[in-house]
Parts: sequence; structure tokens; C-alpha cells
Amino acid sequence: MSDTTFQSPAHQRAAGSGTNRTVLLWLIIGIIGFTLLPWYVQEDGLWSFYWLQYGYPFEPDYAPAAFLLGQNSKIWLAPLAVFLVLPFTVLGKHKTDPVFAKVLLVSGIGGLGWLLFQGFAIGIQGWQLGILETLFGPLGDQQYGLGYGAMLLAACFLFMITIGAAARGAVNGDIFVVSSIGFVVAIVGIFIFYPIVGMLANALRDNEGVYSIFIFLEKFLDRKIWGLGCLTANVGCGVAWNSLLLGVLVGASTTALGLVYALVATRSGFKYGRLLRALTVLPIITPPFVIGLAIILLFGLSGSVTQFIANAFDITPTRWVYGLPGIMIAQVLAYTPIAFLVLIGVVEGVSPSMEEAAQTLRADRWTTFKTVTWPLMRPGLANAFLLGFIESMADFGNPLVLGGNYDVLSTEIFFSIVGAQNDQGRAAVLAIVLLTFTLGAFFAQRRWLGKKSYSANTGKGDGGAHPLLPRRLKWPVYTIAAIWTFMTVVIYLMIFYGSVVEVWGLKDNLTFRHYVDAFGLKWTENGLLWVGSAWNSFWTTLQIAAIAAPLTAMLGLVTAYLLVRQKFTGKGAFEFGTMLSFAIPGTVIGVSYILAFNVPPIELTGTGAILVLSFIFRNMPVGVRAGVASMAQLDKSLDEASLTLGANAWQTFRSIILPLLRPAILAAVVYSFVRAMTAISAVIFLVSAEYNMATAYIIGRVENNDYGLAIAYSTVLIFVMLAAVGILQLLILKSSKTRLSES
Amino acid sequence: MSTKIKSNASSVTFESVTKIYGGSVTAVDNVSLHIEAGTLVTLLGPSGCGKTTTLRMIAGLEMVSEGRIIIGDEDVTKLPATDRDVSMVFQSYALFPHMTVGENVSYGLKLSGNDKETTREKMLAGLDLVGLKGYDERLPSELSGGQQQRVAVARALVLEPQVLLFDEPLSNLDAKLRRQVREEIRDIQQSLGLTVVYVTHDQEEALAVSDQIVVMRNAEIAQIGTPRELYEQPADAFVADFIGEANLIPCKISRVEDEIADVSVGQINLKLPSRGLEAGNARIAIRPGRMTLSAKKVSHSLPVSLIKATYVGNHMEYLVESDFSDIFVVSTEMNANLPVGKTVYLKFREPGPVLLPME
Repeated sequence: MSDTTFQSPAHQRAAGSGTNRTVLLWLIIGIIGFTLLPWYVQEDGLWSFYWLQYGYPFEPDYAPAAFLLGQNSKIWLAPLAVFLVLPFTVLGKHKTDPVFAKVLLVSGIGGLGWLLFQGFAIGIQGWQLGILETLFGPLGDQQYGLGYGAMLLAACFLFMITIGAAARGAVNGDIFVVSSIGFVVAIVGIFIFYPIVGMLANALRDNEGVYSIFIFLEKFLDRKIWGLGCLTANVGCGVAWNSLLLGVLVGASTTALGLVYALVATRSGFKYGRLLRALTVLPIITPPFVIGLAIILLFGLSGSVTQFIANAFDITPTRWVYGLPGIMIAQVLAYTPIAFLVLIGVVEGVSPSMEEAAQTLRADRWTTFKTVTWPLMRPGLANAFLLGFIESMADFGNPLVLGGNYDVLSTEIFFSIVGAQNDQGRAAVLAIVLLTFTLGAFFAQRRWLGKKSYSANTGKGDGGAHPLLPRRLKWPVYTIAAIWTFMTVVIYLMIFYGSVVEVWGLKDNLTFRHYVDAFGLKWTENGLLWVGSAWNSFWTTLQIAAIAAPLTAMLGLVTAYLLVRQKFTGKGAFEFGTMLSFAIPGTVIGVSYILAFNVPPIELTGTGAILVLSFIFRNMPVGVRAGVASMAQLDKSLDEASLTLGANAWQTFRSIILPLLRPAILAAVVYSFVRAMTAISAVIFLVSAEYNMATAYIIGRVENNDYGLAIAYSTVLIFVMLAAVGILQLLILKSSKTRLSES
Repeated sequence: MSTKIKSNASSVTFESVTKIYGGSVTAVDNVSLHIEAGTLVTLLGPSGCGKTTTLRMIAGLEMVSEGRIIIGDEDVTKLPATDRDVSMVFQSYALFPHMTVGENVSYGLKLSGNDKETTREKMLAGLDLVGLKGYDERLPSELSGGQQQRVAVARALVLEPQVLLFDEPLSNLDAKLRRQVREEIRDIQQSLGLTVVYVTHDQEEALAVSDQIVVMRNAEIAQIGTPRELYEQPADAFVADFIGEANLIPCKISRVEDEIADVSVGQINLKLPSRGLEAGNARIAIRPGRMTLSAKKVSHSLPVSLIKATYVGNHMEYLVESDFSDIFVVSTEMNANLPVGKTVYLKFREPGPVLLPME
């Protein structure tokens, strides 16, 4: 992984020290982990260093593994030392020597395996596995989650494995590529598969910790999930049916509206088509539940429209909007731009020359549309539908705000874990049901659309111009688009207006009170005081999002590089694994994270790190998608030229691919930053008093009926993100200008 | 300037090399090949014949499935591209768009551990060699296609590789430039004594630049030889038809003596080298330009009927019908005014037809 070996290929081969230097580097990191840094997790999080002053290195809670062993404590850590020392015996050996690879593999696999095994086997209450208890008797000792030391040592062992595999010739023997694969597989395994599998296990376990399929079936077959009461009697249907109905309705509506917009934007001769494209920015910069809030301001009990109609027709206002209608309106408003974004690519992707061919074969515009354009768009429509379905299923904010008595899976999961029930098993079961639906949609999407799910189909067709819409489509399409645009504009105006009204529906005077409450500043003798109640969560949000964004972009980019540019066995599974998190709803991630990372070997709940991690793995597919799309545009022979000129994969990645992908990286960074700021579904499970996020704070205000402040805060967030997106546009524009016109 | 680009030319040997993609598609099938140091060898064939895969295996961009590759006296079979002393000129040139011409040419030099001064000297010498002196500060996007091509050549040359590879280097140039650039490549190769492996699907280009041509078909080698051997002594119908055009006409061998066969084509009797064939049915391959047509009957000629005459500028193209097959004839005699639809007389010129097996 180092670029210090600037030697001629022949020279490098003769000396053969490059590999060994990398081995040495990782061994040193492993040794630091084992002998210098605290082995166990520190309660105050990753960034606190108070342990340096409190009895380090002898106090057991802060001691490095080597000191623990020296005090004859935690003796089960001893084998790790053996695996760590083992690679030193082959440091002088050439990388083509079979012994070199073998020793590294043995030490890496053995070390990592033992590290994980002891972590899972021994926990806070001693033995974690019943069978070990019966075998060895009670342990009489305990351990907490893995900390810095363990992290570094695990990394050391992981890279021993990858270097060993590279030495054996895996993926052309390139250490950078093999190590990247190993790294991505490891962290995706830890932060996606492990929590999900852990959640499955949780669903099979009763409160005493006994595993039983009956427990699962009992919870799974609950009438509250699958009941069909709404068809026959006047009771609610099961939450699964509710979610499914909502998902199908929203998927179909967003697809239809998205198509209408896409047709207007590309085939109407409409001058402001480019302006329409700006619409696609809206869902990116709007926290999902904000639309729900605006709907309440309009159609809620004291909403403007409700009151107006009630006064005009002398009807008693009702709470009709709470429930399916409200959630649906909010979600359709929120997700139509996403469908639009997908479908604009689909509509443009239909090759104009085919339509022109149809016209020269004497088809009129309507026939051309019906027989050529429409059939070619169908797979894209299916894709948009499934996206809308998944988004609706995963949405948490709108059902929470607008749900009323209409329970859906995502909110039900939340209430079974935070409410009075605190039934983790039930939350896990519900999460499994939800996951089954979204994964089902995800598989269907892959089945229909082949393996192209990563590459957004935005490529323009070949030459020629798209024909205009046939007349009988034109006016309906225009009308629908106009109505919906009007709705969207009204909604966003409401958001802004709602933030400056004292108390909606009661005191209609205008005031900046909410902004002052949230973001007030005060000058005192002690300097500036951040007295606003929102500052704390605001800064935390910015900080967490700013940490998560570059990491997400980097991980996405490296993964994209491996997917697009490298060939290796198991690549299909690799791609599938990295894409999977796209289909896992945030609520499921949230639940599975608190279940998995609340106990050793990895304890993260209550830290900022768990928020950062959830963002990285929630948004990773976005980074991968961006990376794949832009890397596919890079001529592959650029990489190959670099390789034949003597650069290894790392040097090629650094000096060719990274500079050329700068705009894509920038976009991925800003996009994951913005997504991290607007996310709510996973976050709401993971926030803590110390690390509260803006969205969670706003939802809290909404639950206290403090709409004014919630909306004011949301407005500020929208403007912050608008600014972020704007700066991105400027930067990209600038960088494309300075690079001149590249052919 | 004292710095000169040298040559470290080495030979390349393929020992029963096979390349299988995805477990089922055989791109290169059991190919053995020896390329002498200091020669320019062309891999020629239709698309999908395995020529590019062969080139990429020399570069180390593809790994062989079976067999060995030896460059110089070193077995490089398992070495990836990075560790091979081979450089390549790509079809798309693959110039790094974010680097200047000078940075592009210096890229490999820096990675090879040269100090700044040597790198710069060699970079300038390389650009000088391809006639681009003073272009080092420009961006690739500011150059014409031909100039970009030369930068790509310079970038590969300055590393003084054991083998220099060209992957269809002229296909993005317009027709007039092609001839000039291919001459330049050949001149540089000969003056530096480089080992060059060159892939093309253009047979004229291959004939013009090569010491040896390897004709490939369906993942196998169809024939190896000098341009003259391939053109005048094609091993089979495929090679005859792929290199230049050839009419394949059925014939009969009545007798073989001292490797000379008595052949009859219609009423014409010919004596041709037997090329290992025995008495019986066979075919002859004859180039369209090695026949003459005349309106009057001449000795040793075939009566054929003229179906079509086409004027294409610098020659005439005729299609004639004989008793056994249609024959395509090219003539530079522009004013013959042969009568279409009538009988004309076809005669073979020397060096004439070549015997091929029936298949």
C-alpha cells in the first residue's frame, strides 16, 4: 500500500522488499494495538483520552492486552501474541516463497479467528455460550467490548491475510486490490451482515434468552401484523398489510407522476424543462417528515384548508388527513422527484433513432408512442415503481407525524422498542417482515433489470431528436404536472410561512420567536452564548455528517473501483453484499444496530461512532452508484496504460483514477453529507443525550406539539443543505473549467 | 542533447498458451509462438480471433489460463503488468487527460525510479524522437489525433522496454495520416532495433510494417510468415482471402512429380508447386489483379462471360462468370471497353495462382 517503492520493475523484483515493508508496517500497527493502546472499549467514546491519567497502563479497564497478560489476567488473549509474532519469522523471505504466504495466512486467519472467537465466547457475564460453560465450568471473569487495541490488532491480522493471499497470486498478486477487497468485505460483514443476522437471532429468542422457533412463530403470526379485520369489521388491519397497501399506492403514484414530469421535461418543447430538473434537488435537501408537517399545516384539524372549508360550508373539521390519506399525500410529494430522476433517464434513454424509424415507417406520433416508446420504457417504469415502494416502506418520519391510527411497520418497530413494551423480539420480528418486503422488491428489481442496478441509466440515446408528445397525451400530462407543481410550491411556501407564525391556527401573528428559540445568540461578559435550544443538535449533526461524508464517499469509490475495474472470484456476491444495504430500511438498520452493538464484542451504542457508521453503511450504495457511473465513463485503457508503464494498482488509483473522478467524489461527499443531515429512520434509534441529531430533535418537538420550532428548524436545515448543494455546483463548474475541454 | 532512447529488445515466446474467459469462452487456444528480438511482428485477423487477447497477455493485462510466456530469458507467466518490462500503445492512446504531454511521458519514468533530471532528459528525448519537440507543456486535449498518437508512442518508448506493444494504433486516424504514422513507427522500430508486437485487422497495414505476420483465426494461429510469404504462398483459403482478396477456383491435379503438380482449371493446364498436395480435386487461389481479360481469344485462356464492369477511379473491377465459379478481376487497363454480357477471355498472369487443399 505504500508508494515508496519507486524502482524499476526489474529492480523491484530482484530486491522483493516492497511486500515485506508492508508486512512490517502492519505488524508494527498490530504491536501498538497489542502492547500500547487500551484493549477494551472506553466508556466515554473513541475521542476521550482520560484513560491516560487514570492508572494506565495497569488499571484493567484501560490496560493494553500485553499488560493484562503480564498481570496474569485475561489469559485467553495469550494466543493472539503467538499469531502476532509468527509473521516476523518470514520478514526476510521473498514474496514468491510459498512459506511466506502460508505463514501470513496462518497467522492472519488464526489471529482474527481467535480474536473473534474469544470476543463472542466471553462477555460481561463470563461465558456467553452455554456449551463452553458446561465444558470448562464457570469462568469467574468477564470482559467488555473491543477497543482501540483490539481494532488495530484485528486490522493487522486482516491485512496479514490479504497480503498472504496476494502473495499466493490472488487478483494478479496486487496487495492494494486484495487488501481493499478484504477490507470492504470485513466492514460490510461487521456493519451490515452481523447486525442483521443478530437481529434474526433475536427474533428467535424469548426474554430469558432461550431460542425457540415457536417464540418466533408466535410473534410472527400476531394478528396485529397480519390481521385482516379491516375487511370485515371496523378494526384496523395488520401493520404488514397497511405498509404493503401504502407502498403499492405510493409506488404507483410516484411512478405515474414521475413519468408525467419526465415527459414534460423532455418531450414537450417546454422551454423551462431545465427548471423542472431543479425539482429533483428537493427530496435531497428536505428531511422526509417536513412534507408531513406542511400537510398538517394545510389539512390538519386547524390547518388552513380545513378551516377555510369548514367556515365556507359550515362543516365540522375532521382529522381525516391523519392516516392513509395524509401519509400517502406526503410520501407522494416527497418521492415523486426521485421517480422523476429515474424516469428522465429512461425517457431520454429510448433511442430517438428508433422513434424516427417508426415515424418513417408511417406511424403517427400516438402510434409511435404506443408501439415503440412505451414498451421500451416499461422496465424503467418497473424500476421507478420498486424504488417508490422501497422508499415508502422505509419511510419513518411521515407515518410518525401523520399516521394517526394507521400503523405501519416502520413506526411499529420504533414503538415496540422505545415504548412501554420494550419488546426487542417483537421489534426484530417486525423488522424481519419489513426487510422481507423491501428485499423482495429489491430482488424483483434485479431480476427484471438484470445486473445494471448500480449504473443509473442516464445515457442519452444515439443521435436524432425525440418527437414531441402526441396531442391526446399532451394536455392531460400538462394539467397533471401543473396541479402537482402547484401543490409542491404551496407545500414549500407553507413550510417557510409556518415557521414565522406564532401558533398555527390559534395565534396567526407573524414572529421570529421560533428562530430565536432555536438559534438564539446572546452576548454576555463571558462572550458569546449559544442560548438557542437547537444549537447542540445542530452542531452535532454537522459534525457527524461531516465525518461520515468523506468516509462514505471513499468507501463507495473504492468499492466502485473494485466492481468496475477488477476481476476476482466471488465478485457477484461482493456486489450483492455491498448493494444490499440499499434495500435495508433505516428502521431495520437502527434496530439491528442497537441489538448488535449494545453488548460485547462490539459496544457502540450511545457513541457518536455508531451514528457515523450507520450513515456510512446507509449511504454507501449512493457512493458506489456515483463511483460506478463515473468510472464507467473513464476509458479502461487509462488504467491499463498506467499499469503497463510500471504503476501498481494503488499508484494507478491514486494518480489516475482519483484526480479524474474529482467531480464525482465531490458530488458523493456532498450528497452523503446532505443525506446524513436529513436521515431520521435509523438515527432515531441511535441518538443519545450526548449525541442528538437535528432530525431526532425536530421529531421530539413535533411530539410535544411544538410545530413552530420544528418547522423553523427544518427551514434552517433546508437552507443549509441548499447552500451545500449550491457550493457543490460551483465547485464542479470551476473544476470542469480549469481542466479545459477534455476530449 | 546527449540522452538517447535505447533499446533493450528481447524475444517473446509463447509455449502452448491458452486463455479461457469465464470458464467457457476460449479466446486463445494452445498457441505457441516465437518472436525474435528486434523484429516487428503483427498479429492479424478478424475481430474476435484472439489477437488482442494475445497482445494483452504479453502485456500482463490478461493472465494465461494454461501455458507459459517467456520474455527474454525470464518466465513472466505469473507476473502482472506492473512488474513486466513491457509497454503498450493503446488504440484510444489512453493519454492521461489531467496531465500535460510532458507529465504523461514522464509518468513511467518516475515510477521506474529515475531521478528528476534523468526523467526530464529522457522525456524530452522521447518527444524529440517522435517529432514533438516543444510540446511538453501542452495538454493532450490541445493536440490533434496524430500528435496524441505520437505522445502515446513516446510515453511507451522512453521506458526502453523489452517489448513494445501496439493495439490497433492507427484505427482512430484518418486514412491519409495512417500511412505516414505507420511509416514513422516502422522507422523508429528499425532505427532503435525494438521488439514490437502490433495488432491490426487491416491487412494492408500489416503487410506494410511487418517483419513477420501472425494470422489468427478462431483463437488459433492460421499461418506465420513474412508479408511476401503470406501473400504469395497462403497456407489455406482463409489466409488467402484475408490477406488481400483471392478468388478460390476449383481445379484438378492430375499428376504430381518432383513437387510440381499438373493442374487443370477448365481448359487451362498449369504447372504449379504441389505444396504437399496429391492428385485429385483441389483449389487454386488467384489474386484479382493477377489476371487479364481481353475481348479477343488468346492462348491459354478461359472463355468467361462478363457480368459487370465497374469504374472505381484508379482501376476497373470486373465480375465474370465461368463454368465453375464467379471470378472477380481487377484491371488497371482503363480503356479496354469490354462488352458486358458477352464472352471475354481470362488469362492468369505470373506470379500466378497458388494451390490450396479442398478442405
